[in-house]
Amino acid sequence: MAVLDETQVKEGVDQETVDAVREVGGAYKYGWETDIEMEYAPKGLTPDIVRLISEKNEEPEWMTTWRLEAYDRWLTKEEPDWAMVDYPEIDFQDQYYYARPKSMEVKPKSLDEVDPKLLATYEKLGIPLKEQMILAGVEGAEDAPAEGRKVAVDAVFDSVSVGTTFQAELKKAGVIFCSISEAIKEHPELVRKYLGSVVPVSDNFYATLNSAVFSDGSFVYVPPGVRCPMELSTYFRINAENTGQFERTLIIADKGSYVSYLEGCTAPQRDTSQLHAAVVEIIIEEDAEVKYSTVQNWYPGDENGKGGIYNFVTKRADCRGDRAKVMWTQVETGSAVTWKYPSCILRGNESQGEFYSIAIANNMQQADTGTKMIHLGKDTRSRIVSKGISAGKAQNTYRGLVSMHPKAKNSRNYTQCDSLLIGDKCGAHTVPYIEVKNNSSRVEHEATTSKVDDDQMFYCRQRGMDEEEAVALVVNGFCKDVLQALPMEFAMEAQQLVAISLEGSVG
Amino acid sequence: MALDDRRQSVTDERLSAMVVPDVGCTAEARQAALGRVRSLGLPQGRDEYWKFTRPDTLVQPDAPAASIFKDDETPVFDSFDRLKIVFVDGVFAPDLSDDLSLEGVEIDRLEDVCCTDDHWAEELYGTLEAAGQTPVARPLAALNTAYAGDGVTIRVTGKPSKPISLIYTHEAEDSDVFLHHVIRVESGAEATILENGPAAARFNKCMEIDIADTGILHHIRAQGRDHQRRAVTHMFARLGRESVFKSFTLTANGVLTRNECVIELTGDDALAHVAGACVGDGDFHHDDTVFVTHDAVNCESRQVFKKVLRNGATGVFQGKILVKEGAQKTDGYQISQSLLLDDDSQFLAKPELEIYADDVVCSHGSTSGAIDEDGMFYLRARGVPKPIATDLLTLAFLAEAVEEIENEDLRDEINTRLQSWLERRRG
Repeated sequence: MAVLDETQVKEGVDQETVDAVREVGGAYKYGWETDIEMEYAPKGLTPDIVRLISEKNEEPEWMTTWRLEAYDRWLTKEEPDWAMVDYPEIDFQDQYYYARPKSMEVKPKSLDEVDPKLLATYEKLGIPLKEQMILAGVEGAEDAPAEGRKVAVDAVFDSVSVGTTFQAELKKAGVIFCSISEAIKEHPELVRKYLGSVVPVSDNFYATLNSAVFSDGSFVYVPPGVRCPMELSTYFRINAENTGQFERTLIIADKGSYVSYLEGCTAPQRDTSQLHAAVVEIIIEEDAEVKYSTVQNWYPGDENGKGGIYNFVTKRADCRGDRAKVMWTQVETGSAVTWKYPSCILRGNESQGEFYSIAIANNMQQADTGTKMIHLGKDTRSRIVSKGISAGKAQNTYRGLVSMHPKAKNSRNYTQCDSLLIGDKCGAHTVPYIEVKNNSSRVEHEATTSKVDDDQMFYCRQRGMDEEEAVALVVNGFCKDVLQALPMEFAMEAQQLVAISLEGSVG
Repeated sequence: MALDDRRQSVTDERLSAMVVPDVGCTAEARQAALGRVRSLGLPQGRDEYWKFTRPDTLVQPDAPAASIFKDDETPVFDSFDRLKIVFVDGVFAPDLSDDLSLEGVEIDRLEDVCCTDDHWAEELYGTLEAAGQTPVARPLAALNTAYAGDGVTIRVTGKPSKPISLIYTHEAEDSDVFLHHVIRVESGAEATILENGPAAARFNKCMEIDIADTGILHHIRAQGRDHQRRAVTHMFARLGRESVFKSFTLTANGVLTRNECVIELTGDDALAHVAGACVGDGDFHHDDTVFVTHDAVNCESRQVFKKVLRNGATGVFQGKILVKEGAQKTDGYQISQSLLLDDDSQFLAKPELEIYADDVVCSHGSTSGAIDEDGMFYLRARGVPKPIATDLLTLAFLAEAVEEIENEDLRDEINTRLQSWLERRRG
């Protein structure tokens, strides 16, 4: 934190903002380790390791073959180097690709059988694996209606899912929510149909790696017309040293359904960097809607850039049906290196994609993140709101693509990305790609210093606020709008960032 | 690092078809440039910097033929009192050109630099181009430095009474031309440089511009119309303290045009504006690639690019503002907009910012869409026929770029040309 403390903050930048960033970039709260006996696969990546992972998950033959094909593809792929991130070469043979607590050797039948140490871990993280009504630490939740407060949790610890709560209740509604390893066994027809259909096996280097070695993750299926009765969430915890976590999430929202999904992640504080390469695939059919929210808080490394998670994630939603809707919301505060572009394929007519992001990089962190909006269907809409904040010696890049295909008539995109620099040793970058191939669509990209609405300013000034105050109010209100896109449970964690204003920001 | 096989073979093929001119004192700079071409290799379609424009026809050994375009329209800038320097298919034509002596400016043919001892341009030739190769490689500019057959050197020492006008005429259907100009504006000096004409079937032009403290340079270019040429042009400008560089380009057709502009603000309080208006119809691909580096305090840069596209035309904009650490109080602005008059045309843009200083104002915007319906309704409601209303709204759309031309007469000239281009297409 020393770096930020010594930083000369430029006049005009809100002190609250600085404090909030300081708080976020301060001592990492989740840096402790669970002392638990682990079982590892041998180090390195070979076809045998791929087979071993498949075997440990008791997978059918087709899945093993799928993985092995991915492994072969991976060998032919090159690590991407276009992102504005710089890190030492990763030795992919010097990693464990599978690690699970010994106590998970025999999969517990219910949460009661789960190793108390594991339960304690999640308790400590504020994610108790009990089917209780309220998540610990959520203030004000008492006032919310009982139904709205339930959150089903799938907890992933290193390579395995520890347990999933509220499964029975969800089953009543017809919703399937379980670990992906369980889904491969229990619902092979669904997994086979959809796995790799949004992010193809050979999509990119890390997605291909993930396809070969993913060990667990979550699976969601919401049947036609069903509004998922509670929020679903997955909490990823990396605990073992030198272990990569490769989770795979597959969400299918069938016709007319709705689901809100939350994702959280933390890792212990270590001097060595760890690899995390996840793939999230979302399929959204006609009239269905999915909200996907992430608070990414992997260990970011210390102020000298030692340790931290390398977060290389491929997330993509495919709006297959007409009027399908997806909303990505992310608060990215952790990881030493972030490489993440949650994307929307707007295939169905009138489908909608939204992306709201706040990325904070402090100390030596590097974040290269953004989104892709691929407009294929008619009358499709997309909106991108991205706020990047850099402090210390961090580098923060927004990278995005908006593509209007010739057939995507009357489509619309609006993009706004703002960046704020705190201190003169950090960097903020914007790399948008815009491709417009028809003339009935409108695309607007904006990145301005302070996009404060004149009318709102006038309103505030008229009521006696000075300009500074008025700007702060308007900008804060805007930022809150983004944060309000988060479900309540996550909003609590993100609350610390709410005070951030974008005064003095650069586009 | 060794080049990959494909790039190596494309580069070898091109180089083997060419001969470095015998050039006296620029020989060293040319050999160094050749070295850059060999180590960088020529661009390939899969290169990130050529994502939106295919470089094949600019790179291949032979220039694709382009028929000579003739019509009875008076050439642009013809009514202006100016000092004419004419190149026919890339070769200086003394008979068609004016006497090169003018008070406040020294003009030499590139050839003459090569046989004059201690010519001021000697140390500048290839220098800004070489510096402009990082952080992004521009091998076609290095190719130009190595092989340029002709060009002029212009040293502005005072305030010449009229603009210096570079005119490029095209007479051979398969001409493949490399021109290289070196311009230096001394402290307190001010000049206007005009450029027009199709030049060749394939045209590779490089301009190195060094503006000393408090120097001022205006540059207005009209890239012909309705011809079939392919062109890649590079402008490398280095700006000293309190200097000013304003460049405007009008492009009206041409099969393929890639205009790269690389500006480095190295002195405090300098100002650089680069603007472009482009109207494309049919088989037309136009690419504006701009890279502005702020490396001094309190500088201002503006990039204003407007493109009107129809009948399958493609417009590309790749703009970047790089603010280096310490370049505080930077004011950077970038706007790229396209008006698509039909569904077949496309606009591809990558407006980038890379910022390492905290006390700066940088903004960029990019929009794309059809003619404004409200504007159209307003005009139609007042009895303006649709084709005229379309032209009016098109001119209004282009105005922000055209207004970057400071001189009123030149601005009017460009507007007239735009208007007649639109009228011709109204049918």
